[in-house]
Amino acid sequence: MAAPVSDEVAAVYRAESRRVLATLIRLLGDFDVAEEALHEAFASAVERWPVDGVPENPRAWLVSAGRFKAIDGMRRRARFDASMGELAERLEADRRADEAKRELAAEGVEDDRLRLIFTCCHPALPPEARLALTLREVCGLTTEEIASAFLSPPPTIAQRIVRAKAKIKSAKIPFKVPSRADLPDRLDGVLHVIYLVFTEGYSASAGDSVTRADLSAEAIRLGRLVLELLPEPEVAGLLALMLLQESRRAARTSAAGDLVLLDEQDRSLWNREQIREGRALVERALSSGRFGPYTLQAAIAAVHAEAPDAASTDWGQIVALYGLLLRAAPSPIIELNRAVAVAMRDGPAAGLELVDDLMTRGELSDYHLAHSARADLLRRLGKTAEARAAYDRALSLARQEPERRFLQRRLNELG
Amino acid sequence: MKYLLLIYGTETEMYGPHRQECIERSSKLVEDLDAKGQFISASPLQPVATATSVRVRNGKTVVTDGPFAETREALGGYYLVDVADLDEAIAIANQIPVANYGTVEIRPLQEIPALLPR
Repeated sequence: MAAPVSDEVAAVYRAESRRVLATLIRLLGDFDVAEEALHEAFASAVERWPVDGVPENPRAWLVSAGRFKAIDGMRRRARFDASMGELAERLEADRRADEAKRELAAEGVEDDRLRLIFTCCHPALPPEARLALTLREVCGLTTEEIASAFLSPPPTIAQRIVRAKAKIKSAKIPFKVPSRADLPDRLDGVLHVIYLVFTEGYSASAGDSVTRADLSAEAIRLGRLVLELLPEPEVAGLLALMLLQESRRAARTSAAGDLVLLDEQDRSLWNREQIREGRALVERALSSGRFGPYTLQAAIAAVHAEAPDAASTDWGQIVALYGLLLRAAPSPIIELNRAVAVAMRDGPAAGLELVDDLMTRGELSDYHLAHSARADLLRRLGKTAEARAAYDRALSLARQEPERRFLQRRLNELG
Repeated sequence: MKYLLLIYGTETEMYGPHRQECIERSSKLVEDLDAKGQFISASPLQPVATATSVRVRNGKTVVTDGPFAETREALGGYYLVDVADLDEAIAIANQIPVANYGTVEIRPLQEIPALLPR
């Protein structure tokens, strides 16, 4: 019976390790101590659960085991470091107080995860460290996975995380949700990180799987939590955007794991419940009049969601929304998307003109989707040789297997 | 947790016409911090023109005029506060008048018991 229990430990690890970590950080007041405690808690689960059975509330068991192990470890080290002994006794007193209150240490874990995300996204940390730390601590990505998402060498990311944790500790960046007065400012940074977590889950930056459903679900859950805490229009907009993109997940890849573009997707596979919720949130955000870029992107996704097929999509409205989005948050990628929408409204030649202008500015010259969008427009215009060259360029830049297969397929179709 | 809040700004602004108002607002801030038990000490500094730098090299004391480094923004004053965490220190920095045009740098103290203010 050992194998099924160890499978269960692995499943609990996947489902609960980040929640347990967040609570341990609050209880132990230190990222590194909490991480070590987390590993010891799971090590002891591997040992105990096959003998004692899986506890009724595995999360509470793990928090309690991790807390106990950490205090025990500090007491052992107290022989060499007196301050460690004082800390151990203070933490032990907290632990007994919680027990006396019969308060499960694992309660309020949602708050702990929110605290963790606000701490990881604290403005006193460098922006690139906020992302790395959130992906590492809140989402449990490995340093290698983060490095690949950032296109950076793993040691760079590892160092970024180590420095961020050192600053949290020595500058005493608090483990708490900011005060009401600070919340709006802090929120922007958090939303940005949540959306990056979502896109990492929706379109993993490297490797052979297009999507990592767990990460996207995590981002959506975080989005819901933040919306509950602070019902601001842009939070609703971000949640709507994630739900509307997520609604297409089943249609985005074929049975063979190949990428299916929006205009070729089987729309009966779209998740109606997520679309309904996403649209309601977009309307709520738009009606406030205080929305921003996430709401506008969600509005674009909602227009797609309303159309029975690509041809009958209201491309005029999409072009207009991209225009608003460009004003709210100028970016060459948004210009590219607008150009593609213009191509759908006015034909490929009009789109190609815009894309070519954009490409000559150089910002997108290493962006594989810009080359593949350009290739697609050239293909539709019958400019086969130029289309082939552009697909080749896209293929040389794309790192995700399904995207590479898609581009290869398009190249083969050109003959 | 103790933090030193270092106040930087251009001298023309810091010692300009708003100085009296700045001192009044700072006095009010000190009163508030003291009431909350967060205040240790604070003071504006005389302009950089009054500064003297001292270096000891090979046992020889070298005294020179002026600050160690010439920068556009000069150190104009400081607050030493005792608060729960960085967010509370940021909230105080936020109320320092010079923050509206200069910069307040927040540095946590490395707390060595023998060296702490008493």
